[in-house]
Amino acid sequence: MTSTTGTAPAVTTTTPAPAPARVRRPRRWYRLVSPIALVVLWEAGSRTGVLPDDKVPAPSVVVRTGWRLATEGALTDHLVASLTRAAVGLLIGGVLAVALGAAAALLRLGDNVIDPPVQMARMLPHLGLVPLLIIWVGIGEELKISLVALGSFFPLYFNTYAGIRDIDQRLVEAAKTCGLGQWQRLRHVVLPGALPSLFLGLRLAIGAAWLSLVVGEQVNAQTGIGFLMMEAREFAQTDVVVFGLLVYALLGLLSDVLIRTAERRTLAWRRGLQAT
Amino acid sequence: MATRSASNLTVRVTGLRRAFGGTVVLDGADLTVGRGEVVALLGGSGSGKSTLLRALAGLDPDATGDIEVPEHFGVVFQEHRLLPWKRVADNVALGLTGADTRGRALAALAEVGLGDRGDSWPAELSGGQAQRVAVARALVREPELLLLDEPFGALDALTRLRMQQLLERLRQRHGFAALLVTHDVDEALLLADRALVLDGGRIAEEIAVSLPRPRHQDDPGFGGLRRHLLDRLGVPAAG
Repeated sequence: MTSTTGTAPAVTTTTPAPAPARVRRPRRWYRLVSPIALVVLWEAGSRTGVLPDDKVPAPSVVVRTGWRLATEGALTDHLVASLTRAAVGLLIGGVLAVALGAAAALLRLGDNVIDPPVQMARMLPHLGLVPLLIIWVGIGEELKISLVALGSFFPLYFNTYAGIRDIDQRLVEAAKTCGLGQWQRLRHVVLPGALPSLFLGLRLAIGAAWLSLVVGEQVNAQTGIGFLMMEAREFAQTDVVVFGLLVYALLGLLSDVLIRTAERRTLAWRRGLQAT
Repeated sequence: MATRSASNLTVRVTGLRRAFGGTVVLDGADLTVGRGEVVALLGGSGSGKSTLLRALAGLDPDATGDIEVPEHFGVVFQEHRLLPWKRVADNVALGLTGADTRGRALAALAEVGLGDRGDSWPAELSGGQAQRVAVARALVREPELLLLDEPFGALDALTRLRMQQLLERLRQRHGFAALLVTHDVDEALLLADRALVLDGGRIAEEIAVSLPRPRHQDDPGFGGLRRHLLDRLGVPAAG
């Protein structure tokens, strides 16, 4: 209340800088506690026989199975097969989504021609198209890639469209008064302005791509994580099935972390905004 | 173009018309700005001040009439309108061509007192700083004409006064002409050589402001002009 403020400056000069970093660390640890506790409970349940071994194998068994599959070499082949399908499908669906989304958002003609059919097709559950797709493209690689492309198309299309439409018209005007032509405005205003939405769309698209892959790889596949799981089911190898699920989850998690890192680097200008 | 360079006019507008739906906002407005002249455009809200300026800036394809503006002009809006994803210096250098665009951008920033903020993001600036960057962005194009749409309207009173002084200094150094849209009668009288009142879609009144520079609100003659302009804008003296 009274004269305490007078002493403050002398104290602050002696304190070193890195104090704020220390405050955040413990919080991260807390977030690991419940997942670890769940795994420990699961393991304990399996060991004591509460969880039947043929329904849910213990985490330690799943890890050992994973290690065996990885060292025997089969896992790498399946992983590469799944990743290739995801990448090719995502590339086809993504390029189409960004191109059509941009055309619909930027051109009145594009909006009238492209958007209505896309809006209608969106209501179809794309995984329900599997029977039709089998008739159209067969049961080979085309089916898996088509499913991934279809799944990743919609989230990316809508986010591209919304990202471009949400750009502040006043910024476009300002760029015009700076003498920027149409293509330069696309490059300096529209693309960076839509980038946050594009990243969001990409993250959703990747999620949809993995989901499509899980379904697609259960139809007549000879390789891939999904095939590994289907084959294991026939031989009642629950540990391999659970391990396959784990791989799918890790792939999804890893791709999401990668995208978010890229997002943080590219969208550094939003740092101030996100901190609040 | 040839006739313009022969005359001493920078801007010549004749018969400018613009209607939004059935509402006619500009009804054949005529306007000229001389070389190096600062013209203030006053008017009540909705009188079409900003519409006129947007037409001059080439931002309104639906405005009809004869508009002549110089090739090199800069625009400062009420909001800074900096691209949030470009650093300050890159914002200033936006669309700039020729040699050493970054050096020129930094020089323009130095002129508005922000020479050390070139690498900041727009989000890291205060409102007044961001508006100064917007002024630098217009200035770096070495404009013959500045179009200012209530450029200091969103700033606090103290910052506004400093910005007005900055604009006056820059004008003396660079000699650009300016069309200043404002609703602030004092601002018009401090900065302008001539004040126009827009009413009913036309220039309804034109007043030469021949007060000596630098000007101040306490100068003799200032109060009388202010009284007259306020009357004209429909704010008669109290009582």
